[in-house]
Amino acid sequence: MTTAQLIGQDPGWIIAVKGLIVFAVCILLTLMSVWGERRIVSIMQMRIGPNRVGKFGLLQALADGVKLALKEDLIPKAADRIVFVIAPIISATTCFMSFAVIPFTGKVNFFGHETAMQLTDLPVGVLYVLSIASVGVYGIVLAGWSSGSTYPLLGGLRSSAQVISYEVAMGLSLVAVFIYAGSMSTSDIVAAQDKWWYSVVLFPSFVIYAISMVGETNRAPFDLAEAEGELVGGFHTEYSSLKFALFFLAEYVNIIAVSALATTLFLGGYHAFPGLGFTESWLGGWFTLFWFAIKVLGFFFVFVWLRGTLPRLRYDQFMKFGWKVLIPVSLAWILIVATLRTLSLEGAPQAVIVGFTLGIVLIVLAVSSLFDRAREKNEVTARDIGEISTPSFPVPALPVAKARLEDHV
Amino acid sequence: MSEIYNIEPFKNDAIEKAAAESSPVLDNGPSTFLTQLLGFWVTFRTMFKKPNTVQYPEVKEPTAPRFHGRHQLNRHPDGLEKCIGCELCAWACPADAIYVEGESNTEEARFSPGERYGKVYQINYLRCVFCGLCIEACPTRALTMTNEYELADDSREKLIYEKQDLLSPIHQGMIMPPHPMAPGADEGSYYRGEVKGVQQ
Repeated sequence: MTTAQLIGQDPGWIIAVKGLIVFAVCILLTLMSVWGERRIVSIMQMRIGPNRVGKFGLLQALADGVKLALKEDLIPKAADRIVFVIAPIISATTCFMSFAVIPFTGKVNFFGHETAMQLTDLPVGVLYVLSIASVGVYGIVLAGWSSGSTYPLLGGLRSSAQVISYEVAMGLSLVAVFIYAGSMSTSDIVAAQDKWWYSVVLFPSFVIYAISMVGETNRAPFDLAEAEGELVGGFHTEYSSLKFALFFLAEYVNIIAVSALATTLFLGGYHAFPGLGFTESWLGGWFTLFWFAIKVLGFFFVFVWLRGTLPRLRYDQFMKFGWKVLIPVSLAWILIVATLRTLSLEGAPQAVIVGFTLGIVLIVLAVSSLFDRAREKNEVTARDIGEISTPSFPVPALPVAKARLEDHV
Repeated sequence: MSEIYNIEPFKNDAIEKAAAESSPVLDNGPSTFLTQLLGFWVTFRTMFKKPNTVQYPEVKEPTAPRFHGRHQLNRHPDGLEKCIGCELCAWACPADAIYVEGESNTEEARFSPGERYGKVYQINYLRCVFCGLCIEACPTRALTMTNEYELADDSREKLIYEKQDLLSPIHQGMIMPPHPMAPGADEGSYYRGEVKGVQQ
């Protein structure tokens, strides 16, 4: 019985309870991840981080939330009131929706019913996640536009350009997974990975997805939409109180969501680490939840690690990287994967497959050496130009040195 | 004077020679993919270092020994005040934070050896910049600075410290003024440190 059939038998109350659990877990994870991010970034900077509210500062995010809720809710005069209110609601609702198709466990016993911890299983589950993420951008764009202010508008524009560009690369990186799994349903993709994770088989896809998911969630080093040094706060500059809290919530739920999707598509979802497959039957299958959580938290740690290490990219570099590197590379990779897949499915002789792979490797080597040679040439020309002592344009006179008075005495 | 303002560009042969010899950019070798990943190693390694944070209100690290903190008005060993109300500290203060009013000592009420004592002594810690010029100006070493740095409060009035807030406490051998000078002593013997504390 497939997971889809298993979930299809759920009575209404189980669906309701699952929905409630998913929502509660998301809220709880947000609170914990705000705390976790601040603590991890702190220890990376030889600080301690929040440790006052509750044990180890665990309730810090809750205290921040209460503080935000008690603040004055301002709506600027120039703002479009209706859109201004709707925008954070769009952001906060869409970020939860992608969790509906994420499989948290395999087959388990849930209050006497055989089911899987997955709210629903769509045949196009991953496309659904992508489309929900696109709708989530509306929250940011509309927030920037409706604020009636310059910087939020710029932040909103940047964000929309960013998310749209990186969604292309993200979508392309998923195509290879679809080709290999033969399905777009999340549970089928997880089931197809019980031997080899797709992060190994489709390593380039995994790298491209990992990069574009950071761009997609507006996180450092791609947090140009809220670049506090340039745009004050970006799209949420004019927001305060609970509306700001909703954006904050959406950002962290989004991080968990893309991490969960990456786990599902590339790290074998709820499957155990290689060699530990026997643990999957522990606690009647519930132990798989632990593996899933470990992988998602691992991704979250990488998010924080990136933020603690890398400076923010310049906007043009960021766009150039997305359009001129990620998208062409993923297109080429899809072509290769599709060819290989077709070759093996059609039963082509081993020699043809090996020859094709070797040919690809040779082409990659040739192209990269061409790039290297061009770069070396540029470096040589740059060195030859050298330093020009007198510029060809007029410059103001240098201040006269007054320090050598003793020469005149 | 005209030589000082000459408009010839300043030239220093040594500097120009050094500039010609050294390359302007430090060469740390070719930037490869691995060298670009070194940053991740730096942040990861830092996670296992001991944090620098001091848990301030619970843990207080001692300041540097000569840290400029709150002022203190000192006393002679027998408890008489050292301040003579000369106002030199107030005149030295660049921030105009000190206010002093002097008064004459009488035989009935003697606060300091000699003629005068400081009757009113105020330091406004909202103005004080802790430069220490007042300490340098004080001729009797009456005004010094402590290491106390916790000078925060919730009103402007509370941050104007009065004489009783600044005076050093009564230590062993001191008697609370007003009281007469030690028998046979004059202000000279006080300043030379010949007067010791009172035996009790």
